[in-house]
Amino acid sequence: MTEVSVAKEDAAATGELVVLKSVNKHFGALHVLQDIDLTIARGEVVVVIGPSGSGKSTLCRTINRLETIDSGTIAIDGKPLPAEGKELARLRADVGMVFQSFNLFAHKTVLENVMLGQIKVRKADKKKAEEKARSLLDRVGVGSQADKYPAQLSGGQQQRVAIARALAMDPKVMLFDEPTSALDPEMINEVLEVMQQLARDGMTMIVVTHEMGFARSAANRVVFMADGRIVEEAVPDQFFSAPRSDRAKDFLSKILHH
Amino acid sequence: MPSTYATHPEARDIVFDFISDYDNPTLLGAFWMTVKLTFFSGIGSLVWGTLLAAMRVSPVPLMRGFGTAYVNIVRNIPLTVIILFCSLGLADIFHVTMGASDFKIQGFRLAILGFTAYTAAFVCEALRSGINTVPMGQAEAARAIGLNFTQTLRLIVLPQAFRAVIGPLANVLIALTKNTTVAAAIGVAEAAYLMKQMIENEAATLLIGAIFAFGFVVLTLPTGLILGWLSKRLAVKR
Repeated sequence: MTEVSVAKEDAAATGELVVLKSVNKHFGALHVLQDIDLTIARGEVVVVIGPSGSGKSTLCRTINRLETIDSGTIAIDGKPLPAEGKELARLRADVGMVFQSFNLFAHKTVLENVMLGQIKVRKADKKKAEEKARSLLDRVGVGSQADKYPAQLSGGQQQRVAIARALAMDPKVMLFDEPTSALDPEMINEVLEVMQQLARDGMTMIVVTHEMGFARSAANRVVFMADGRIVEEAVPDQFFSAPRSDRAKDFLSKILHH
Repeated sequence: MPSTYATHPEARDIVFDFISDYDNPTLLGAFWMTVKLTFFSGIGSLVWGTLLAAMRVSPVPLMRGFGTAYVNIVRNIPLTVIILFCSLGLADIFHVTMGASDFKIQGFRLAILGFTAYTAAFVCEALRSGINTVPMGQAEAARAIGLNFTQTLRLIVLPQAFRAVIGPLANVLIALTKNTTVAAAIGVAEAAYLMKQMIENEAATLLIGAIFAFGFVVLTLPTGLILGWLSKRLAVKR
């Protein structure tokens, strides 16, 4: 018993929360992830950027096994990703996920969306779940919309509810898969602000995004992907002012100067 | 038969006088049997059809295979054959009597078994098309918060799928109501059984046909209207 707990503390002490080792994945003939090695420390905010089709969304989705991998290992908090089943469901509960298309449960109210996981997965009691849901909804600024259905909310509001829904599970790490790409421009900031607050609060975050402003201000590290590979990793300032690879220089020149 | 006329000669003046001659079953009793057959078979096929649909989308190949095979075999067999098999095959050869002591109750229960087995295949397919209308992201989001396959299906996918197919399910239910007439073939005293008796004994064939046609419309029209209204009311807005 004691040995196990010591081992756990060791894992915690090293601070490695998400570890990907030589991960490979194919979509048919397309080698979408090629020998990906990536380690994310506890409390770290990592922003993954890159041209479309570079595999960044796929990378994000493999971390809670919404996409399976062909080879390599992924470990979360020292535990390798289990195969499909109970274990996997438990792990997914610890990994919050925010999607590009929000994916709020369309037949449930905003409040029910945030309560469902707590009740069905965490077995929380209904009253406590509701309290927590309401306080999370307040925290992301949509407390007054609690009894509406998702379709009655704006995109920005829906995405903030989605963040609250993920937070309700007390995740160890949050994955954001292009959370602002489906939003009207005027709604992007309200979502980014919530994410920035989350980063300041010390949440471990992996964010796939095209929002370079967010990468600059909130990220501890920028991971640049192209053609299924991690081409460059650096702190934001260094990456944006002095990218090392030609691929990254090319990408940045296309997006930053207009 | 003419006993009523002898004791009540004035009954001849009434247009529908012959109706009251039938008491095994009576007209209302026969339609009540139709309602009972429809009700129990409807419940049964909804439950069994939902399970079949769950099998057809499940990650277990054996279940998927069973669901697919079941639907493709059962929906392609004429209902009359299924109902006759339930009575002549299950009861007479394999002695499956569904716990019934007398022949009438046995026929009733076996008919419900047959209707359930048959209609479930159609419920399954209606529901499966409903499952296809639920965006992939709904199930992904459910899995991402830690719900397992059964919970995802039960709490997220099926409730949305059901709302999407209330209309098609109303069709299935209306078809079932009318299909229950096949139970006459194994001696269940429902509407068609009585109609056959009447046509054999009376001259007013057209009138009898009209009465029974009207009876079925009275049963099925509200089903369609109510479910049509529900389908609009419960539609999931995206």
